[in-house]
Amino acid sequence: MNGPVLEVRDLTIALPPGADRAEAVSRTSFDVGRGEILCLVGESGSGKSVIAQGVMGLLPKTLPVTGGAIRLDGEDLTRATPGRLRQLRATRMSMIFQEPMTALNPVMRCGEQIDEVLVEHTTLDAAARRARILDIVHEVHLPDPGRIVASYPHQLSGGQRQRIMIAMALVLEPALLIADEPTTALDVTTQAQILKLVAELQARHGTGVLFITHDFGVVAEIAHRVAVLRQGELVELGPRAAVLQRPQHEYTRMLIASVPGMAPHERPVDADAPVILATRALSKTYAAGGWFRKRGAVAAVEDVSLEVRRGQTLGVVGESGSGKSTVARCIVRLVDPSAGEILIDGEDIAARPARALREFRQRVQIVFQDPYRSLNPRRRVGEAVIEGPLNFGVPRSEALARARRLFELVRLDPNSLDRYPHEFSGGQRQRVSIARALAMEPELLVADEPVSALDVSVQAQVLALLAEIRERLQLAMLFITHDLRVAAQVCDTVAVMSQGRVVEYGPAREVFANPRHDYTRQLFAAAPGRNWTFGAGAA
Amino acid sequence: MGASDYDALSVGSAAVRRQNDAWRRLRANWSVRLGGAALAILICVALAAPWFGTVDPTLFDAASRDLRPGETGEITTLDGETLEHTFLMGSDSFGRDIYSRVVYGTRISLLVGVLSAAVALVFGILLGLSAGYLRRLDGPLMRVMDGLMAIPAILLAIALVALWKASLLTVIVAIAIPEIPRVTRLVRSLVLTIREEPYVEAAVALGTSTPKIMFAHILPNTIAPLLVQGTFICASAILVEAILSFLGVGLPPDIPTWGNIMAEGRVQFIAYPHNVFFPGVFLAVTVLAVNIFGDGLRDTLDPRMARRL
Repeated sequence: MNGPVLEVRDLTIALPPGADRAEAVSRTSFDVGRGEILCLVGESGSGKSVIAQGVMGLLPKTLPVTGGAIRLDGEDLTRATPGRLRQLRATRMSMIFQEPMTALNPVMRCGEQIDEVLVEHTTLDAAARRARILDIVHEVHLPDPGRIVASYPHQLSGGQRQRIMIAMALVLEPALLIADEPTTALDVTTQAQILKLVAELQARHGTGVLFITHDFGVVAEIAHRVAVLRQGELVELGPRAAVLQRPQHEYTRMLIASVPGMAPHERPVDADAPVILATRALSKTYAAGGWFRKRGAVAAVEDVSLEVRRGQTLGVVGESGSGKSTVARCIVRLVDPSAGEILIDGEDIAARPARALREFRQRVQIVFQDPYRSLNPRRRVGEAVIEGPLNFGVPRSEALARARRLFELVRLDPNSLDRYPHEFSGGQRQRVSIARALAMEPELLVADEPVSALDVSVQAQVLALLAEIRERLQLAMLFITHDLRVAAQVCDTVAVMSQGRVVEYGPAREVFANPRHDYTRQLFAAAPGRNWTFGAGAA
Repeated sequence: MGASDYDALSVGSAAVRRQNDAWRRLRANWSVRLGGAALAILICVALAAPWFGTVDPTLFDAASRDLRPGETGEITTLDGETLEHTFLMGSDSFGRDIYSRVVYGTRISLLVGVLSAAVALVFGILLGLSAGYLRRLDGPLMRVMDGLMAIPAILLAIALVALWKASLLTVIVAIAIPEIPRVTRLVRSLVLTIREEPYVEAAVALGTSTPKIMFAHILPNTIAPLLVQGTFICASAILVEAILSFLGVGLPPDIPTWGNIMAEGRVQFIAYPHNVFFPGVFLAVTVLAVNIFGDGLRDTLDPRMARRL
């Protein structure tokens, strides 16, 4: 057969009445060729996942296809019966999802889940199916296929689970694979391996891949061609190099310019600024086991010594489980450290009882990752911003005036103080959280992944805002992130954490130019699109 | 700084829509409409009992004993006057008007249902918040709750009647106490998830006092599931009150409650089934209405359900 695997022609998918726009996807056309990886890029709400669901025939009733065609090997899927779609899924087209834990059935062994696909769509006998399963598990580079096949999903790591998903999707050699943000939930080193695996299998089997992502690093890593979506409209389509290096559409240019570069910034650093925060041999161990079993201890953080100076930013970089968030929460005293010192202006607050922390609360504030959960949904944002000052005896009228000034500082309309959190977008909520922290007039701001949940263009705005605030108020900032690009943008000093320990610690410029520790090197090597310069670097 | 420097707050109108959404969904829900309408009628009946063609439910007349529904007889008022009266639901073996007794009984049932639910919710919320947020209290409090849960309402009612005497208070206490642990458990489990939310941690970091965090930040986020739980407690309280009265350990027999009416009619059920039938129908309809209303509330308010499109 010739021609593309997937042809999408003038596809239009309606949104329910009352949504922020009329159509989830508007007159979108693109092809996925045989053996080609087409990356569909867009910010949240751009309709990229809706297209994937449309191709798979998985759209909810509230999102009907109102126009256009989706042709798989020439067969129009928008006219196919549910039964026909069921036949096509797994055999001709298949899909992998973002969250491998929820996409796998937790009470079925992995082998049985792959077997299910074979039982449904083939006439192979048990022995042949077993051989085929071991084959495909071997092919996705899982060690010891016999053991993996007999495991339950919770016994595998996130990366291994995603490999099982890929095995399940490819076991019948479909012509089209749809990958919906398959590496977003994974750590960067695991992400690099999965991307490599997808590219390898796709090349070997000649599968056409529709790869959905929001991450330009991933695009640079894996795409043959790129399609950029904005609010349901396709704004740019072209080969990878053309789109990434000579974007035609203004929106694409804006997106690419928003991607932080990998080169650390060149801001001069005052080495003599006063030290605001210092930790000495900070540790946090959690007791494991219960009444009847022997108590063990799990060290979440071990022997962490850091320093943050006024007007400067220390970045703590690491993968999930490295203990970086625990460090942040210890410093804000949301969890009690097990050992070590936390010096704020030279005063040790590590062992202070909760009652004696009042005055300290004013000096250290925190901004959290998830903008949708860091504001109380039942309280107006103004109440959130003035809560801290009120706790410290500032009169209400004065606190409100301060809140208005802060809203201007974070570029929100001061008249929106009496709104509820759900009336704001993610980026706006993060600004409210920042205003809430600043209302206390702190000396140290701890930012725990403050931009990880935001779209790249919004992320750039929030990062710029944080930098401006740090500059203007001469704040010391502790910035927790998993994203090396973000770290390169904002940090003066970087601490790389792995398994609860700081493995590398030094000025950002030195660490980025010349990583010493093996783990840091691995981390850098895994950063997607590291050989491409985006944004600040390209401008 | 001009307005154009701010982030566009174009979400405004959409947000107002969403805020009204809960109300709209509530009003559009058939269970809420049906249960709510039935409850509204019952509440009207209870409040306006004297104007529904009733007589004083304690009046009796030896000449009008065991009348069939719809028959007309005489009834003597407390002043000794004798009136002509149509016994819509017949009369009992004392010559009392069953219709009047059933209508007045609505008051007791609704009162017991609402007050028991309120008492159980207030104590359950206080205990649940404490157990969920103040970790040191968790173990001891919850073990006490486990103990309370082992006490059956009926046994407790018998003990309380023996100790004090049959009254509205005894009944409400007897019904509410076994419900408290259930509410406590629900609140505690909600608190355990909400206390981990970043906005609670942010409040801690802002130096907010513990009571304010518990009541101003955590409590408002538990209200929706608690409302739902409250309706189910209310329904079960109405039922248990009827059972207690029927067994003779509820309200004193001179107060007209559905349970009392049924208990008195039980002896001659075969000959005069209307004595049991009418209060029974009212009881069933009331409990059903409260439960349907609660189901509707759950469908519209429960966050897990609300997240679905």
